[in-house]
Amino acid sequence: MTSSTGKVAADAVHAGGTLVRQVRSAIDRSAGRPAGAGQPASGWLVVTVLCEPSGIDTAELPAPLAELGDRIEVRVRPAADGKGTELAARLTDGGSSGTALQRLSGSDAQSDLRSALRRAKQLIEVGEVLAVDPAPHGERTATPGGALLEAWTRVAPRGGVR
Amino acid sequence: MKAVTWRGINDIGVEDVPEPTILNGHDIILKVGLSATCGSDLHLVGGYIPAMRAGDVLGHEFMGTVAEVGPGVTKHKVGDRVVVVSFTSCGQCWYCQQGLFSLCDNGNPNPGITEALWGQSIGGCYGYSHAMGGWAGSHAPYIRVPYADQGAFPIPDGVSDERALFASDAAPTGWTGAHQAEVRPGDVVAVWGAGGVGQMAARAAMLMGAERVVVIDRYDNRLEQVRTHIGAETLDYEEVDVPAELREMTGGRGPDVCIEAVGMEAHTPGPQHLYDQVKQQMRLQTDRPTAVREAIYACRKGGTVFTLGVFAGVVDKFPLGAVMNKALTLRGAQQHGHRYIPEILERMSRDEVKTEHLSTHVMPLDDGPKGYQMFKNKEDGCVRAVFRPGA
Repeated sequence: MTSSTGKVAADAVHAGGTLVRQVRSAIDRSAGRPAGAGQPASGWLVVTVLCEPSGIDTAELPAPLAELGDRIEVRVRPAADGKGTELAARLTDGGSSGTALQRLSGSDAQSDLRSALRRAKQLIEVGEVLAVDPAPHGERTATPGGALLEAWTRVAPRGGVR
Repeated sequence: MKAVTWRGINDIGVEDVPEPTILNGHDIILKVGLSATCGSDLHLVGGYIPAMRAGDVLGHEFMGTVAEVGPGVTKHKVGDRVVVVSFTSCGQCWYCQQGLFSLCDNGNPNPGITEALWGQSIGGCYGYSHAMGGWAGSHAPYIRVPYADQGAFPIPDGVSDERALFASDAAPTGWTGAHQAEVRPGDVVAVWGAGGVGQMAARAAMLMGAERVVVIDRYDNRLEQVRTHIGAETLDYEEVDVPAELREMTGGRGPDVCIEAVGMEAHTPGPQHLYDQVKQQMRLQTDRPTAVREAIYACRKGGTVFTLGVFAGVVDKFPLGAVMNKALTLRGAQQHGHRYIPEILERMSRDEVKTEHLSTHVMPLDDGPKGYQMFKNKEDGCVRAVFRPGA
């Protein structure tokens, strides 16, 4: 067993490797494509919602998508084998992906759309969007690894849609 | 309120934390009665799952009484005695509707982390890192339970708190392994790991009709528990050649179903352990798959190997050739407890499932660091340290 210090260093290296992949993907969107981390060429992002196609009215979309207004176009079609309804959306400006900094911080338009799709799915399926904060916790000691994780956790809620 | 928290690698603390509040309509606030340590916690304690923040409240196996209900809750009222499944799952998405609750689309508020690690996110888990949702854990006097109509189950009269506690995680995880591995009447089943989950997987296999169930471990007290309380056979892997013994027990075929209930910190005698340990510490692999390798090697041709222990990432020297050429079925899962807990509680009420023996050390929350130390080092025959917040 290595020392705790060594382990922290090893963890930092491991976390760093994962983050490097994330950063590369954010800076160069093509970098993540072979592993499936990018976006399709068509620009459509899709979630499958467990409801009938008639349960999604594209003229009256759930609030998270409606708030994006004419920045997006929306497509609805039945999912295969009774798995529900595929709710797809893409940015009407062709998928402008924002600056690298915006993508890293999850504040780019694609992240907005991913978040909106995920929240819309929750509203249709469950009736509300799941909240986790504020969760009880003790003292957050300042560490480099903790800062990295905190930054990732700020972006993580805007994932969940490929 | 006081809570047991992760302070850093191998550093457990007891801290003051705020009390939880209802954030969603389907929440309840539970007054925790009992909260167990779990073998999978040790991966967090040891830093093998690097998604914990200092101050995170630990604990995901718990029961208690309902203290407050959200406006959307229909199945529970204040004062109800319930056990809560460790996974947060909505019950409404396609995966939940298929009974694959741990794969819930909606139960993890931080999907981006596991999505980056595994390609897609799964549901959340209490007290199990920000990768699994950032939910506060149960080693505290109170815990918020989202999706309470789905994840909290009334405990039948006559089932003690001490027994019902393990219907939260150990028992339904064991049931998930045996059921998803499709144990059939007449099967010979081998289970690697005689902790709480391994014992429950063995018991589930027996109740599903397995003709012979063998549990493999190295700790005498745990193997004794298997023989006494579960009724299965045992093998001590430090005393015997496990694949050879299994071949002898099965007429040379090997077990029909092999359930691995060990996880990413597996131990084995000999140089293989050193090799895996070095590679894991250097982060050339995240997990030590010793027991999985042995299960694949031991399993009969055309049999099923089920990975029930917790794994996080990638492993080295994985015997894919054996999987392919022996035509094995390889499956794995976190627990789909929502579908199994009602049956487990019913069986508990009929004394078909007994779990009290797992709680070898019951203590107050203030003893959290000591409890984890005893559990990790297996001191004084500790199988599970259990915290009683009201003590």
